[in-house]
Amino acid sequence: MKRHTWLLVLILGINFISAQECEKTLSGKVIDFHDGVPLEGATIVFNNRKIVTDASGTYNIEGLCPTSYAFTISHEKCNSQVITIDVSKTSTKDFYLEHHLNELAEVKVAGATTETNSSQEETISNDVIEKYSSASLGDALREITGVSSLNTGSTIVKPIIQGLSGSRVMIINNNVRMQDMEWGDEHAPNIDINAAGSVTVVKGASALQYGGDAIGGVIIVEPNRVPAKDTLFGKTVLTGATNGIGGSVATELVKGYENGWFFKIHGGFKRFGDVETPDYILSNTGISEKSASLAFGVNKFTSGWDVYYSYFDTEIGVLAASHIGNVDDLINSINNQQPDIIRDFTYDIENPKQEVTHHLGRLKYFKRFEELGKWSTQYDFQYNQRFEFDIRRTEELRSKPSLDLELTTHTITSDFSFDAKADYSLKTGILLRYQDNFADPSTEVRRLIPDYEKYDAGAFVSGEYFASDNLTIDAGIRYDFNKIDAKKFYLISRWEERGYNNDFSDIIIERARGSQFLTNPVFEYHSLSGTIGAQYTFGQDNALKVNYALSQRAPNPAELFSDGLHHSAARIELGDLRIDQETSQKVSISLQKNTEKWGYELAPYANFINDYILLEPTDVELSIRGAFPIWEYRQTNARLLGIDAKLYINWLDKWRTDHNFSLVKGQETDNDIALINMPAPNTNNKITYHNKEWKDLTISLESQFFFRQNEFPPNIEVFSIDADQDVLLEINTPPDAYHLLNANADLKFALGTKSNLKVGVTINNILDETYRNYLNRQRFFADDIGRNFLLRLSINY
Amino acid sequence: MNTNKFLTMLAISGTLFISSCSDDDDNPDPANEGELITTMTVTLTNSTDTSDTVVMRFFDEDGENGPTEPTPTVTGTLKASTTYNGSVAVLNESEDPVEIVTEEIQEEADEHQFFFITDDLGITTAYTDNESNYENAEGVAFTSTNPVGLTFTLTTTDTTGDVALRVVLRHELDKDASGVAEGNIANAGGSPDIDWTFNTSVE
Repeated sequence: MKRHTWLLVLILGINFISAQECEKTLSGKVIDFHDGVPLEGATIVFNNRKIVTDASGTYNIEGLCPTSYAFTISHEKCNSQVITIDVSKTSTKDFYLEHHLNELAEVKVAGATTETNSSQEETISNDVIEKYSSASLGDALREITGVSSLNTGSTIVKPIIQGLSGSRVMIINNNVRMQDMEWGDEHAPNIDINAAGSVTVVKGASALQYGGDAIGGVIIVEPNRVPAKDTLFGKTVLTGATNGIGGSVATELVKGYENGWFFKIHGGFKRFGDVETPDYILSNTGISEKSASLAFGVNKFTSGWDVYYSYFDTEIGVLAASHIGNVDDLINSINNQQPDIIRDFTYDIENPKQEVTHHLGRLKYFKRFEELGKWSTQYDFQYNQRFEFDIRRTEELRSKPSLDLELTTHTITSDFSFDAKADYSLKTGILLRYQDNFADPSTEVRRLIPDYEKYDAGAFVSGEYFASDNLTIDAGIRYDFNKIDAKKFYLISRWEERGYNNDFSDIIIERARGSQFLTNPVFEYHSLSGTIGAQYTFGQDNALKVNYALSQRAPNPAELFSDGLHHSAARIELGDLRIDQETSQKVSISLQKNTEKWGYELAPYANFINDYILLEPTDVELSIRGAFPIWEYRQTNARLLGIDAKLYINWLDKWRTDHNFSLVKGQETDNDIALINMPAPNTNNKITYHNKEWKDLTISLESQFFFRQNEFPPNIEVFSIDADQDVLLEINTPPDAYHLLNANADLKFALGTKSNLKVGVTINNILDETYRNYLNRQRFFADDIGRNFLLRLSINY
Repeated sequence: MNTNKFLTMLAISGTLFISSCSDDDDNPDPANEGELITTMTVTLTNSTDTSDTVVMRFFDEDGENGPTEPTPTVTGTLKASTTYNGSVAVLNESEDPVEIVTEEIQEEADEHQFFFITDDLGITTAYTDNESNYENAEGVAFTSTNPVGLTFTLTTTDTTGDVALRVVLRHELDKDASGVAEGNIANAGGSPDIDWTFNTSVE
């Protein structure tokens, strides 16, 4: 490893030595990326010269020629890496070293630690991930301004980025795009947050290397990297919580070798019983989750490969009171304000419930080419099995899932990153994907999602141009092809009611029993996405980012094919074969300042979406069980305007306050009707005391205020059998505003020279506030959860 | 790892990929809808004149998933001051042969109960069966004696006029809750399989 680096430095060095006037200087600091502390004794090596940083982390290199140099920056416990800088353009540069205990420190040039150059984005670190060890990815992501969640209870949490969720949010787990039936409102990402080292949210479609259809944004889950040195380390996090009387354990063990080999193993287990509101138990809201992952490979500077496998299995109870028989039950629930099933606390998980298993396997290879760049190629395999169990008429039926889907995905990606030049970088790549969905008919329920096969192909080019010391311009373009080939049964009455007999009569294969048509819809979509943007840094600590992103998303299987009674939601969901792609154009700006004393970010955005696909209640349909609301997919033009704002101030040595605010307004542009399920404005304010000298003590108190969502689509009129007349079903009316107070404290104790123990205590909803959240699908049936004490032990060894 | 090894790996994964792409033209089987009810017939027979019947029939040809509106039909009218013997039959006629849902209800008699609800004309109803009249799937008669409601009586008064009779079938209800054994649905809980109101009259 070291030899290769030296070779590279030497080659570059020889090229650059010439008889020019060599009077340029380069100065700056080497800083710990993790906590911003300047690093003393870091070395910067180039052309056989070696400079060491002083006690304040500062370096100063004189006598440089006005050309590009390859600098190797290192610090003890860190791997060396090479950064190329054109000294004719740059005279000051701070280098950031990631300096986690025992972990790979990655050299990152300031400003280049992000996924995109000009998009709004934010990363949550290890500390935050640990805090949410017993919760879910969606819970942790709410720490990011502008990210909220669509919940089904407290355990099924789908991230919403700037008002958009589901298929509009792409989740990249270990460089693999998750294929876990993200189309359903009650389908949470199948990821154990404890396996993540960091999570980055890109608030828009600009991260084109991952895909072009992330109209909402991209969530990038990255593992901690393993250093190429002889090392063995691990971490165990134990969490216990009073609400739900349960906890979680997560443990990770990593072995690294000097020659680049590494092994990594992770396991996690989580178990909770029924959670409770301030006033009652939420019956059947327990969860049982298991996860494990294994990785090994060789990671050298010039080349590497790895094998990764992860397993995730979860069983989640769905609130007993949320199973409703018909629209009258729903009306009663909304009016009663109290769930009609409250049982004693239990760990048992009964119907209705979900059981989901996700397997993910990956093979990856990369090779670096001197003075050119890096080539990576990857094959990944995913298998997602989803069961949903309902309360059905007989014992025998209850033991069978009502929904049984198997989604299998194979993907090959290959990309090349040209990063050898000092003034620009380019990345290009291709993707091939095959996906198969199998809906098992042994459920004895009509398939909500049909059997289908899907083929995707994509290619992209993106690049960054470092125009000057403080201006970086980026641009990218991507093309995607999607083909979906389904085999679907339609009740003939439904087929005719949808008017498909005129437009789609050619896709009927045969007439099946039970007055059904078997059809073979085949649709192809060509999508184009692109982005252009710039980042301008000015003054000491200011940056301005401007980004435009064009994004097209092909409809997902639910939007096209949903057809039938969704028992657990007591609603009939109807897709539409005519639904076409939606096209988003988003402009976002981010103005930020980051100093030691204070800093802020103002991030307004405007997202114009043509043919926006939405699901909304439209009517009710009568059946022998009474009336059911019909939810239909529809396309319209929409506009989302919003702003995310953040401010922090370090008042005194040890006191800091953080202030966040986010607002999004979603509207149909043609008729000025508000979009459904838009997050309400909210503001978070936090005061933190941090004493580094005394056990690294951190104490914080956080106030979260959620305004009432005053913009919502109109309610619908339904016929109530109980009332024997049409009544207004307040299915869209949002609940009131609410305020939550949370506290957190962390302490760190050294255990010998290499290990440490962190103890954390969190109290959520200190005031035991009774509230309902507009974006919780169970808000019709019950309050949200009450006070919760959590105790966390995290051991690093 | 050398390049050859890697290429082998790639070839294997590529083969997997391609083989999994191979298109099989097998058509899926339609799901057999185990829970569907298309038809419910409530037959009321005059206890003093078996040729005098009122038949209330609910029929939804495409079931609860289909858009076709159900068609209720009532043949005959109720007579004043008369007691009728009632019986309920439930079918799934979308299957061939027709699935007799009534048998399923009998086999799980302890988990099911019908309710006959009306506020009109002082009409009263009473159960005439109980769980011990029925056998479970193993052919063993239930020993418990809570009402099921597959048979019942309906008694009219001397008042005439329009009647709305609501027929409800619930499963997994609390049969021991107050009033449930007498046919009061208020505390029953459970989940509805049937909830339909027939309109008829007493003449």
